[in-house]
Amino acid sequence: MATIQSIANENEPHPDVALVERVKNGDISAYDELVRKYDRQIFRIAQHITQNREDAEDVMQDAFLKAYEKLDQFQGNSKFYTWLVRIAVNESLMRLRKRRTGKMVSIDEDIETDEGSVPRDLADWAPDPEQNYTQAELADILRKTIQGLPPGFRVVFVLRDVDGLSTEETAESLGLSVPAVKSRLLRARLQLRERLARYFKRKKVPREKGVKSDVH
Amino acid sequence: MTCTEFLAMLDDMIDNTVTREMRADLQEHLRGCEHCEVTLNTTRKTIEIYRSHEIYEMPPTLRDRLHKAIMERCKKGC
Repeated sequence: MATIQSIANENEPHPDVALVERVKNGDISAYDELVRKYDRQIFRIAQHITQNREDAEDVMQDAFLKAYEKLDQFQGNSKFYTWLVRIAVNESLMRLRKRRTGKMVSIDEDIETDEGSVPRDLADWAPDPEQNYTQAELADILRKTIQGLPPGFRVVFVLRDVDGLSTEETAESLGLSVPAVKSRLLRARLQLRERLARYFKRKKVPREKGVKSDVH
Repeated sequence: MTCTEFLAMLDDMIDNTVTREMRADLQEHLRGCEHCEVTLNTTRKTIEIYRSHEIYEMPPTLRDRLHKAIMERCKKGC
């Protein structure tokens, strides 16, 4: 899976800077490269927020078209990808609002929940627990589990832990403060862990089979 | 260090953003606390599983279709 690597040498310009410059000078093939580079990530983010395949397809198209239209406004103070994600997040929220007319949809409201703040399920997991499931079963478990999280937690987890953005870049993409991103990330990680434990925890071996269980 | 204090530092431990002194304190707590050790290991595993399994795969045909639509509109100036 592609992740966004941070640049080791900060003095070296990010490769996207040259691509963006080429697009600004009329070289459309450079935009083609940028779309191919980031389309999977943008589609994934849109799916996580909208939880709807059609909406995610529309968001992906609209986000890349809007970024192209607005490219002159991109100053290069942030990475192109961070800027693109911000557009995609806004487009995704707009789609959600359309579907849930009358209901406010926002990722910047602080979600008050104690769930996951104190781990309850403390049973250890089986070694390589994902191997107990087929790829399709596992994908289903992972989808269902993350869908149960509030949208504001989901998107922070996906940007930070799946996409590999830094805390600062995640905050910038979502228009959140750094402490808000940190707080959501911790709660998202703990809630996911707690929910996945239902599937992954070490199963107790029945004593009558004569095998000693190592579960405490 | 209490479990609550450990938990407050969990993300920094996972993201490797703790000082050497703090890491030593956290490891000291882990040696005597199985619960926190399980929490740390399974939280790490949670992240690893989500990172290594794409749950919203974009099929190549869809990718090509969307890509073509975007580039056609860009060529027309959107």
